[in-house]
Amino acid sequence: MPEQLAFTIEVFLNGLMAGVLYALVALGFVLIYKASGIFNYAQGVMALFAALTLVGIMEGQVPFAHLINAILGTDVHHFGWHVPAFLAIGLTMVVMIVLAYLVQRFVFRYLVGQEPIILFMATIGLAYFMEGVGDLMWGSEIKTLDVGLPQGINIAIDETTYGWFGYGFFIDNLDIVAAIIAILLVTGLVLFAQYTKQGRAMRAVADDHQAALSVGVSLNFIWILVWSLAGFVALVAGIMWGAKSGVQFSLSLIALKALPVLMLGGFTSIPGAIVGGLIIGVGEKLFEFLIGAPFLGGATENWFAYMLALIFLVFRPQGLFGEKIIERV
Amino acid sequence: MKYKLGTAAVAALMAASPVMADLVFPSLSYRTGPYAAGGIPFADGYADYFSMINARDGGIGGVAARVLECETGYNTEKGVECYESTKGEGALVYQPLSTGITYQLIPKTTADNIPMHTMGYGRTSAANGDVFSHTFNYPANYWNGASGAISYLLNENGGDLKGKKIALVYHNSAYGKEPIRTLEELAAKHGFELSLLPVDHPGQEQKSQWLQIRRDRPDNVIMYGWGVMNQVAIQEAANIRFPMENFIGIWWSGSENDVLPAGAAANGYKALTFHAVGDDFPVFADIQKHVVDAGNAAGAGDQIGTVLYNRGLYAAMLAAEAARTAQGIHGTADITPAMMRDGMEALEITEARMTELGMPNFGPSFNVSCANHGGPGLIGVTQWDAGASEWKLISNFAATDMDVIQPLIDADSGSYATENNIASNCK
Repeated sequence: MPEQLAFTIEVFLNGLMAGVLYALVALGFVLIYKASGIFNYAQGVMALFAALTLVGIMEGQVPFAHLINAILGTDVHHFGWHVPAFLAIGLTMVVMIVLAYLVQRFVFRYLVGQEPIILFMATIGLAYFMEGVGDLMWGSEIKTLDVGLPQGINIAIDETTYGWFGYGFFIDNLDIVAAIIAILLVTGLVLFAQYTKQGRAMRAVADDHQAALSVGVSLNFIWILVWSLAGFVALVAGIMWGAKSGVQFSLSLIALKALPVLMLGGFTSIPGAIVGGLIIGVGEKLFEFLIGAPFLGGATENWFAYMLALIFLVFRPQGLFGEKIIERV
Repeated sequence: MKYKLGTAAVAALMAASPVMADLVFPSLSYRTGPYAAGGIPFADGYADYFSMINARDGGIGGVAARVLECETGYNTEKGVECYESTKGEGALVYQPLSTGITYQLIPKTTADNIPMHTMGYGRTSAANGDVFSHTFNYPANYWNGASGAISYLLNENGGDLKGKKIALVYHNSAYGKEPIRTLEELAAKHGFELSLLPVDHPGQEQKSQWLQIRRDRPDNVIMYGWGVMNQVAIQEAANIRFPMENFIGIWWSGSENDVLPAGAAANGYKALTFHAVGDDFPVFADIQKHVVDAGNAAGAGDQIGTVLYNRGLYAAMLAAEAARTAQGIHGTADITPAMMRDGMEALEITEARMTELGMPNFGPSFNVSCANHGGPGLIGVTQWDAGASEWKLISNFAATDMDVIQPLIDADSGSYATENNIASNCK
């Protein structure tokens, strides 16, 4: 096989893998938007907060240590224990559920029935608040996240493709794990929504929350549930992205990668987030490889993702899988 | 009556004596936001040095130094706000800690007659003091960095880079693009092939660039990155099994923050520097005794000896020495920003003086002059030892190719002078 073709296939495959990581972030947005109509600006910060909490728990870090030391004149930083990754993930999830409860109890409970822009503004405030709390709780330094995920080139794929094409493909082990987790996550979410009582209630609220209320569905409970699920998705995204770059405050910027995915896949579709992520991932990588780097000086991925999404929007404003908006007058 | 007269006399004497105000050193820090991990150690080092000389030496020339910290969040608009809100407090010298803020402050500081020190960042051609009267970027700038990397590679390759392939992975911003022109000139001079790989901000996704590197197999990769871009690049280099000893970053890509997330895979990664690394210097014992143990550390005291803490410390030392020089020139301890500028322009850093300060071989010896605000541009190389979890200086501070750099500085500063109708500062 000509090397150029082999390399194009390699870029395509890596685009798919990158798309999965984008989709993981986009899923959190979709869950909340679908159930409550809120565009959650804080989703990226939730991923950061979840990852910070996970590392903090794993390393036995004392939360709010700087604040405690400043007030009490103490010098405490760590408890002196190390929590295994699986237990720390469970404990982090508990923290994210508590966070979901607090968000619902102290913010959105008072905003029921408000205009979408008000809810959106509330999530902006929430994002900055959570970023500040995360800083106070766990500090600003970059933390290494090691939950045992494999990283680096997958040797089996490299050797196999070399045998076939005379060119070994690079696929990152972490990306393969992310793809498997994304498949499990989406399957789990779909099964939950289809076959559990809470999942059906969630769908009912998504369709018409007043009708759902009238048949006894607790809006409060469902929103806490949805924010908890979004917290779980944020934790998964935080782990995957945090494993690549360390856990640091720029992790919240991964939300920027989710926006074109949402525009393309639709704000209300879980499969849309996945398909949208894959299209964006492959599209931006191939464009960079075939046109961007050779003819435009490179670094085209960021703007091309948005341009691709805009092109789709022109023909399908609700996104590929979004619900068509029909307003009767 | 005698008591009253005595009191009145003391009061009169006090009124007649000049009031010694503090020497104000603003610190435009960023302890919050996406780049906080880099901003905190620098700000701590900068503040701790002044706390130390206040406690140990009674200040500079007998006058206490006061660090006036203002949070910019690494945001240009906030940085300018910080400048405007602090300049009235007698600010002696600004360290904007951001190339974006630097560009905004160059005309403002010149108009306000306040000097600015952009050590290892900012506008490179500000090294030409004949044009940039109030901006200083000693002891090294971005173009020295690019040349320093090539000089180091020349040494590694027996003085010959002909036919070698060198890739520049850079932050796709004004900062990241700084070395391109210099590297192009050096590529023409030494006959190596240069490829350019921009990475868009913030740099969390770099698969395209590293797939290209894997395919093209350059002999060396030079990186001009910042923030998360650094950590991701080092991890991606490890993923494609690029030899770490052939990967060299600018000094903003060479702190503990950049290598620790990749763990053992980052072992052997190199970075350029213009100051020493580690805490094996007498000055750190003084900081421990007079600042940390006294409970006056700027931060939690956990950054001491890290690369960026040392950079902040070094910047503070250079500022304090310039203030001392200004006091000597003008014969007064209570200096103004204009006097501070004179002190910076007459600054002499010798090895003897650095040893006296407890910082032997901490940085190069150099002189500043009216024409040369950039210093000698001597560059060293550090290497990360993942096992020991520390950076090691593996080369001396060596000269860079001023035959290539100086014409570029002259051309860029000349254009600025023409555009802004600036007369010669040194005639």
